[in-house]
Amino acid sequence: MNWKKYFKVLAVTASFLVMTGCATKAPPFDYTAYKESRPRSILILPPVNNTPEVQASYSVLSHATRPLAEAGYYVMPVTLVAEAFKENGMTQATDMHATPVDKLRQIFGADAALYITIGKYGTVYQVISSASVVSAEAKLVDLKTGKLLWTGAASASSEEGRSQQQGGLAGLLITAIIKQVMATALDQSHQVAGVATTRLLSAGTANGMLYGPRSPNYDKN
Amino acid sequence: MSNSRSSAVAVLLVCAALGGCATKPASLYQWQGYQNNVDAYFRADKLSPDAQTQLMEEDLQKIKASGGAVPPGYYAHLGLLYGQQGKLDQFAQQMQTEKKQYPESETFMDFLLRNFKK
Repeated sequence: MNWKKYFKVLAVTASFLVMTGCATKAPPFDYTAYKESRPRSILILPPVNNTPEVQASYSVLSHATRPLAEAGYYVMPVTLVAEAFKENGMTQATDMHATPVDKLRQIFGADAALYITIGKYGTVYQVISSASVVSAEAKLVDLKTGKLLWTGAASASSEEGRSQQQGGLAGLLITAIIKQVMATALDQSHQVAGVATTRLLSAGTANGMLYGPRSPNYDKN
Repeated sequence: MSNSRSSAVAVLLVCAALGGCATKPASLYQWQGYQNNVDAYFRADKLSPDAQTQLMEEDLQKIKASGGAVPPGYYAHLGLLYGQQGKLDQFAQQMQTEKKQYPESETFMDFLLRNFKK
């Protein structure tokens, strides 16, 4: 490949990213209902998977506990939650997501439920190269009132660490992963899913989850 | 493979540690291999329940030795692994421990103790 051409493409892409970054800066999220609800515990339902990759749902789910726990919430044990649904004859995440909130509250006793939907998971073939991309959105619902408390969306790509502009911890992590692991495509997707899920569910980010009662930052949101 | 895995994990840990210094609060919990164990459980084809249990027990000792906090769900997941091997006493014991450490789990732990003990 011609290097001049390559850099031109990069420059255009980069400036495009910068521009869209400015243009799409979201208005601040309305946290009124969330702050009123003051959830202490969160039930993460197995994610709905809108991708052809079968492993996506549990891959994202296995990453989801940590950011929420570190944000200061008690997180219902995800493996036992999945087993409890199975025992009740439910294997499809869409059915689990359709369960009435009072029923969820009765069995799990959580204050809020988190509904994750995965939009992208796996290898995307692009002009310059292929990348592992994971994107997901989530909504947090009060299990006593059924009120929507929060929504968010995030994505991650194995390519983003290659342009130094992205920088930050996530960029470093991605670069390290690629350099260190001769991973299969699916393992790489699983790692990228970890970055996307952490971005989606960490507290203290713009329009992100609020800190919970087990965090020293609780009520400083 | 396992070598490159562990070196990758090491790199991640170093990054996490560095990142931790640069940003705000330290971790609330010691995670060890918990997330990987949850992943292994869901994939079901990587490790036997017995091997998963051993990993969880070893990590638990490390967490305790370092004086760190055991993450939410850790004891409960360990109990599930025991339950799947028919060790119902240990299943019940871990559920009780989870409940004691995290009172938020009481409703669900009691549900599990009622429904899976039999």
